[in-house]
Amino acid sequence: MLEALLTSTITMATPILLAALGELLVEESGVINIGIEGAMLAGAFAALTIAYFSGSTALGLVGAIAAGVAINAIFAMLVVNLAVNQVVTGTAVSILALGLTGVFYRKLFGVTGKAFMVAPIAKIPLGPLARIPLLGPVLFNHNALVYFTFILVPALWYVIARTRYGLRLRACGERPEAADALGLGVIAIRWQALMVSGALTGLAGAFLTLAYANTFVENISAGRGFVALSVVIVGRWNSWGLAAASVLFGAAMALQFGLQALGTVVPYQLFLALPYALTLVVLAGFGGQAAAPSALGEPYRRQ
Amino acid sequence: MLSTIAKPFAALALAAALISIVLAALGASPLGVFAALGEGAFGNWYACADTIVKSTPLVFTGLAVALAFSGALWNIGADGQLTIGAIAAGAIGPHLGNFPHAIAIAIILAAGALGGAVWGAVAGWLRARRDVNEVISTIMLNFVAVQALSWVVHGPLMEPSRAYPTSSPIARAAQIEFYFAPSRINLGMILAVALAAACYLLLFRTGAGFELRAMGRNRRAATFFGIRIPALTLWVMALSGALAGLGGAVQISAISHRLYEKLSPGWGFEAIAVALVARLNPLGVIPAAILFGALDNGSQAMQRTQGISPELVQVIQGLVILIILAFDTPAWSGLREQIFGASGDAAAVPPVAEMPDA
Repeated sequence: MLEALLTSTITMATPILLAALGELLVEESGVINIGIEGAMLAGAFAALTIAYFSGSTALGLVGAIAAGVAINAIFAMLVVNLAVNQVVTGTAVSILALGLTGVFYRKLFGVTGKAFMVAPIAKIPLGPLARIPLLGPVLFNHNALVYFTFILVPALWYVIARTRYGLRLRACGERPEAADALGLGVIAIRWQALMVSGALTGLAGAFLTLAYANTFVENISAGRGFVALSVVIVGRWNSWGLAAASVLFGAAMALQFGLQALGTVVPYQLFLALPYALTLVVLAGFGGQAAAPSALGEPYRRQ
Repeated sequence: MLSTIAKPFAALALAAALISIVLAALGASPLGVFAALGEGAFGNWYACADTIVKSTPLVFTGLAVALAFSGALWNIGADGQLTIGAIAAGAIGPHLGNFPHAIAIAIILAAGALGGAVWGAVAGWLRARRDVNEVISTIMLNFVAVQALSWVVHGPLMEPSRAYPTSSPIARAAQIEFYFAPSRINLGMILAVALAAACYLLLFRTGAGFELRAMGRNRRAATFFGIRIPALTLWVMALSGALAGLGGAVQISAISHRLYEKLSPGWGFEAIAVALVARLNPLGVIPAAILFGALDNGSQAMQRTQGISPELVQVIQGLVILIILAFDTPAWSGLREQIFGASGDAAAVPPVAEMPDA
């Protein structure tokens, strides 16, 4: 019971963390992308469709990356180059992706209601580690995407906090005018962050279809993109914090399924609302966005 | 040069062109699909009436969004505000049986407006006093509202028979009657039109409306102008929430008569498209809402005859928003200036100091 709950926590946390790490990169560069829900959906859809028709999980993952990048390219074109309002653009991108995936799914797979299943992405037990009681199955018997996501936490922390590239990235998010004056190329850096983020978000979507549901249903992301947005805030724009927040929210989702099965007096909706309510409390309690990049959400235009 | 009126139409035309490409990719005939949409939305008297009914909640949420956006308050939370308004209306509705018809309706609508206002005010307060970006707070409040609705219809407000997760029906006295039977066009649309006129007057004919627009143009300049930004933020978000909440109450009182899960199919998000097509003008919200209501309504006929799933409407909405944004961008104005020389279009926005006195 405990083992299943903890394993499920890691499974639930992975796509959220993956998308949140991508969003962190984007936000460090000064852009807020609330269209991650859309990129995630596109990734989920592309992964399933390509894996189903080609029979190859690897191709499915490549397709998911391409789909996430494509969605973010639309977003980047508007908000980075044309300096359009990021919030409204992000919302529109999400609506667009929800519609496109819905329409193309029905067209490709019909309305028969038959589920189109793909083989789940293979689990890779990590040798003797996977045989440790409790910890083994919970932490060391997952698919490659899970390992990749959790390795990305220290890697991204290092890149953002310790490298020259990270410094440039953060300069674009804090003082784009100054960064531009130093010749850092704000537009190029924001594009790069959005492209990497699109790839990660697409993979997060692929996790939903290839590792979790093994099929696609409309709106399969079900708000996870917005949970990822919460994770960045609750994790205080720090990849370690993001990992902790993702695991917390993953646990809330895992618990909610357990509770629904048990039929306890605690309403399961409480757990579903937790990420969002906690984000509000954190924002209110910590005095707004003190930890956020100061130019977050402001379009940058060269004078 | 694109005039203010021509822009939305140009955006719609470009959206139609892009949709045609999507439809061609699906192997469908664009003309056939557009014809089916139009036929389903306006083909006969019943279709027209249903289009009006489907547009009604969009007028309320569209006004809510247009008002907030006018002050550069990015209220993405109309869906949550509508949901909380509906919960308030659905909770009080069954207990209004002993009131006269007019009083009961006034109470249920007031409950909805109050519920939405509270939800909007939370985001307004967080912005005004705790410097929390309203985009994030309203998104979070949307999800909390959805879970609150799910909880009340499975829990405290579940109807006694407990056969389905719905609330008890509201009292007859609190039901807006169908004034244009057999269609379901009701007093709600008339109220919505009146509110659109009221919002127009508020925004363009009052001092408060001027202050709001000044804040939208330039917060810093508005501060120097003596406008109390925090108080204005709180009030506008509350008012915006009240409009959306009223939309929820009208839906409960006139159409569904009870609460159920997933009450809103996304009226709060469609409202963003509505408000942008209306160019944030409250009077423009009415035709814009009818346009999107017509798309919703026509999409069923489109699915029946053309086999295209109704999600195509979301594709249209997303494209329309993106295209309007792209048309409106300052970068474009700059580009136009480079190509055509300085235009009246770019200079159409007067600096705050030159605006007529409030």
